[in-house]
Amino acid sequence: MSRPAVGGAAVLSSLRRQTWVLAAIVFVVLFAVNAILQPRLLEPAVMTTTLQTALPLILIAIGQTYVVLAGDIDLSVGSIVSLVNVSVVTLFMAWGDGPLGILGAMAAGIAIGVACGVANGIAVAVLRFQPIVATFATAIVIAGIALWVLPQAGGQAPTPYWRTYMGGLAGIGVVVWITLAALAFVLVFQRSRFYAQLMAVGGQRQAAYQSGLPVMGHRIRAYALSGLFAGLTALCLTAETASGDPLSGQALTLQSVTAVVLGGTALAGGIGGAVGSMIGAVVLILIRNLIFFARLPFEVQALVEGLIILAVLAGGVLMTRRAAR
Amino acid sequence: MSASAETRDARTAPLASRVVRSPHVVALVIVVVLLALGEALSPGFASPQQIMALLVVAALLGIIAAGQTMVIIGGREGIDLSVGAMVSLGALIAGNIMDGQNAAIAQALVLVPVATFMVGLLNGVGVAFLRIPPLVMTLGMAGVIQGGLVVLSRGVPSGRSAPGFSGFLNDAFLFGLPGMLYVWLLVTIVMGLVLARTRFGLRVYAIGTNEQAARLTGAPVRLLRVLLFGLSGGFAGFGGVLVLGYTGTSFISVGDQYMLPSIIAVVIGGTALSGGRGGYLGTVAGAILLTVLQSILITLALPEFGRQMIFGATLLVLLLFYGRERRLQA
Repeated sequence: MSRPAVGGAAVLSSLRRQTWVLAAIVFVVLFAVNAILQPRLLEPAVMTTTLQTALPLILIAIGQTYVVLAGDIDLSVGSIVSLVNVSVVTLFMAWGDGPLGILGAMAAGIAIGVACGVANGIAVAVLRFQPIVATFATAIVIAGIALWVLPQAGGQAPTPYWRTYMGGLAGIGVVVWITLAALAFVLVFQRSRFYAQLMAVGGQRQAAYQSGLPVMGHRIRAYALSGLFAGLTALCLTAETASGDPLSGQALTLQSVTAVVLGGTALAGGIGGAVGSMIGAVVLILIRNLIFFARLPFEVQALVEGLIILAVLAGGVLMTRRAAR
Repeated sequence: MSASAETRDARTAPLASRVVRSPHVVALVIVVVLLALGEALSPGFASPQQIMALLVVAALLGIIAAGQTMVIIGGREGIDLSVGAMVSLGALIAGNIMDGQNAAIAQALVLVPVATFMVGLLNGVGVAFLRIPPLVMTLGMAGVIQGGLVVLSRGVPSGRSAPGFSGFLNDAFLFGLPGMLYVWLLVTIVMGLVLARTRFGLRVYAIGTNEQAARLTGAPVRLLRVLLFGLSGGFAGFGGVLVLGYTGTSFISVGDQYMLPSIIAVVIGGTALSGGRGGYLGTVAGAILLTVLQSILITLALPEFGRQMIFGATLLVLLLFYGRERRLQA
């Protein structure tokens, strides 16, 4: 490789300021190693399946990012996913599998997710609860409601619903389209004034307040976005499993935080972005894939996964700090 | 709401504010109310034996949360999310050391806390020297420990407590009280003395209040922080040994149920997540309160969903008193 020209150097230095660069490098390396261990990964069908596994985590990590950027954290996202999942399945069964019934249930699910997010936002921004403990408490309440809606795993999503999700559109898998739509949203949203103000609320909350930004409202909106994406996550999960489970989302809470940090977003708020979180989510799935296909003995799989994640998390933090300078 | 207004305005209502400002007093008052409520709902709920049984369960949470209390007081977003995994690790190692033999009790009681103390030190090194946020570091470490547990146990649960140890913890030991309560009393006294009377304790509050100022007075800030996370690991591991003794056997995720409650117990005990304020007596009261609350919900014979909803809602009400952030000032 030749030395980068002046333009190349400029690109390099601007890249160094992007918080998601480390996640992207790790992604490329992991993808290459994965492709060597499992050559079929490069087939479009297998890639689509892999993306399908990653999609719930990608979506939930996007929502978590906005809360973290605003300087807060949402430990209730997993419970929201569970609640929306069981609610949607229950509504599917009540409203039948006609297009109106399906769309109505989906809309209701999204509304439930947003409502949970707004409730979190009010608890944190208006009542001034500490985000970690408050969203943990709301998570318990929301998980309780999910158990009330559907005490045991069961129910069934209508066939057209999950068939559409698993199927394709214009020769490309629907999950790919959803991912692209999410990416487009993230990129457009990053250019909005609201987003810039959100970063200020997270990075310099006192200054943001003194300069007249609606700190309270923006924090609530960030939680509402997190609830919205948790709702979307639940819709995908419901299509994937075609059934309801009051515990379906539990594992996603801490994974979403991991994906956000992996993607270079600082937990202190104000630094980072959702593109990194999307890559971080895929990296987490690829690590799991890699360990599976590396044919490691069963007992050491979890340990290797834990060590790799810890190493990448540490690297992500160091990278974020460098970008912040 | 009005209670927290009083805490801010101490001059207008000195007595009320002093009471409200002692979270452990308020928490214990709530405990008494809950016990009375439980007795009314189901006679026998507040009988001496029943209260003793509740305290034994609370002791486990309280001891596990001892290190967590210090980490949180130490500030800079101090929090330890690896305590759950550490408890599991402690219980697993202790079960394998003891394996039903009374002769191995002392060995387990020494080796396990030392081992988890050292794992905790790794957390501290990541936080203090690599400057990884505690939440991230300890979350990652929890994943590593959970992986290590699978390796250590080869995926199969193994080990059991020694009968002498379980007997000491659960049966009447002295004045009719089980040994577990004496262990907790000892931990409480030691924690109280260390935090209030030693230079180490004062420095923990100092770095939690103002790290820069503490450094200028000569406190070895980084080493202190490493030590705090080590101690959190040590206490969690010790708690794991006690959990093993309490239940007799352990399973690989036995400690998970203590992770977030250990933080909640600290917070409803009045220790601020922002650091520098609080103490272990509050955590003791918080652990008792959480345990009594959970027990009363079980007594009510509610379905699982009702239990969870009321538990979460009660936590939110308790947080109204102590878990709140300061209002932004213009």
